[in-house]
Amino acid sequence: MPNRLISEFKLIIKGMVARKGRSFLTILGIVIGVAGVIIIISLGAGAQSLVLSQVTKLGSNLLSIVPGKSNDDGPPASVYGITVTTLTTGDADSLRDRTRFPHLTGVTSSVQGSATVIWQNLNVDTNFEGVEADNFRIQNIELAAGRFMDVSDELSNVAVLGEDVREQLFGDSDPIGQVIKVKNIPLTVIGVAKPRGTVFFANEDDKVYVPLNIAQKQMLGISYVQAINIKIDSTDNVRLTIADVEQVLRENHGIKDASDDDFTVLNLADAIQLLTGVTDALTLFLTVMAGISLLVGGIGIMNIMLVTVAERTREIGLRKAVGATNKTVRNQFLLESGTLTFLGGMVGIIVGAGVSYLIAIGARFAGFEWAYVISPSSVLLAVGVSILTGVVFGLYPAFKAAKLDPIAALRYE
Amino acid sequence: MDLIKVRKLTKDYVNEDVVTSVLHGMDFTIKQGEFVAIMGPSGSGKSTLMHILGFLDRPTSGTFEFEGTDTREFNDDELAKIRNGRIGFVFQSFNLLPRTTVLDNVKLPLTYSTKKNQEDLAKKALESVGLGHRLYFYTNQISGGEKQRVAIARALVNDPAVIFADEPTGNLDSKSGATVMHILQNLNKEGRTIILVTHEMDTAEHAERLIRLKDGQIVTDEKIKNRRLADPEGELKK
Repeated sequence: MPNRLISEFKLIIKGMVARKGRSFLTILGIVIGVAGVIIIISLGAGAQSLVLSQVTKLGSNLLSIVPGKSNDDGPPASVYGITVTTLTTGDADSLRDRTRFPHLTGVTSSVQGSATVIWQNLNVDTNFEGVEADNFRIQNIELAAGRFMDVSDELSNVAVLGEDVREQLFGDSDPIGQVIKVKNIPLTVIGVAKPRGTVFFANEDDKVYVPLNIAQKQMLGISYVQAINIKIDSTDNVRLTIADVEQVLRENHGIKDASDDDFTVLNLADAIQLLTGVTDALTLFLTVMAGISLLVGGIGIMNIMLVTVAERTREIGLRKAVGATNKTVRNQFLLESGTLTFLGGMVGIIVGAGVSYLIAIGARFAGFEWAYVISPSSVLLAVGVSILTGVVFGLYPAFKAAKLDPIAALRYE
Repeated sequence: MDLIKVRKLTKDYVNEDVVTSVLHGMDFTIKQGEFVAIMGPSGSGKSTLMHILGFLDRPTSGTFEFEGTDTREFNDDELAKIRNGRIGFVFQSFNLLPRTTVLDNVKLPLTYSTKKNQEDLAKKALESVGLGHRLYFYTNQISGGEKQRVAIARALVNDPAVIFADEPTGNLDSKSGATVMHILQNLNKEGRTIILVTHEMDTAEHAERLIRLKDGQIVTDEKIKNRRLADPEGELKK
């Protein structure tokens, strides 16, 4: 038995090599289909890893309050950079009431701007963010050196550096205790944050943290805040706390009706859920497309196998004359179509893995934390589906070959 | 011992309600070790008869006993098994597999059997037709006469009860034809039953017994008086 399989297999490979062009075109549909499946699954996993990395960086219990109303027409105006001044440090302070907000574990206001940071004769264009002491804990920022700001630093001229800024200004030397200048205001470096990469499309390492007060009054000259970030102790309490926060802010702003809100509470968990939903829907859609291309590829296989059976009618007749049964002839052609599509599947996996890798490199180059994932299950799925395609679409030609009358087949010219 | 025994054998072809009768009632017996030529003009039914005797086709009526067994009840798989183990075919147009070595071509029938030492059996068969030096040649690298000898080795390799040779010299020059006929006569001398199908008297005269067909019936069935002996160094007279 295995002897025949080996000799038939040898013939199949030789036949494929002898008709390289045709074999290539035959399996092209399968290659594209399988490569599509691999790329889509890899892309889905990469996108998921991106979303997950954001969540683990920020924590899913983080809420952001931004000024301006968001409604069905779109996000709040502040998202587009339009200045809305309704949110104040007073609002943040009213959220610090532990009896009113038992589930709030941290509150920090935030303002941002861009500036040139100078140290000695070096300078770097970067961003500064004015924050309060809670900020580092709320945002899950880790310390690489020195210390973070605490409550006593709120009016001091201090700064915590992001990794990129430290690297560009100080290189190998120790930044702690050095005095940098941001918008001509001297600040003593007290700490360096560990690299965080990109969070929601912004490079968190290209940044200098300064006390909120200094940023507001001395760098930006404003009295409002651009965002209030709050952390809730448990995901279960998010809904409840949002309602409470909204109520207190309405009281502060003298708003009676929710439709008149001049602020928006952004819920990270909701955003991620929405994003994941979109990714899942897209993946499903693309998988269906890949399935259709496999179907088309399979029809191509069936077509070429019918041609092959017709071309090899005499061979089939001879095989029957020397003792091949209908079943062995059928299996021979199933083996051939299965081999073709298996090969297509392998090429498809290589192409798909290569393209996915290029996409991952591109995404990382663009600053995203994109994981290059080729899951063994997707490879197994691709191989399984490609062999199955060959067998399913090879059945009709194989049965046709098996049913050939040996005499007619031997006479066939 | 009777190898083949047919009685009142008929074969009709039905095509779109038109019945064409090809064989109308044949009776003959072929004993083991005979060298029989079946001769007749085209349309006489000799190919159809060979296909039935070689288990490639079934008779419409009558009986066909092979090695003492009635073959009527055999199903397709059993027929394939008999073709594989008991029958060897040599065709006019060789029917070798392309892109395949001489050795693999001869091995082909063995791959459908459960025999062991397939490589050795195939080599032995090739040596017996004088092609021991061509084992790994591809079929497009050898001459027509050599191709037919490969086909004979392939027919021999399963140690069959009977070899059917259908116009084996039809596509060959007279020198190669003489070699092929010489091999067939030698095989017969060694005790193999050979049934030669041809439309040429000169070729048929290499056999011991001649069955002449015409219009689906046996005209004569007699021993050949002046039997030709093929000279492997000479040419086949046509």
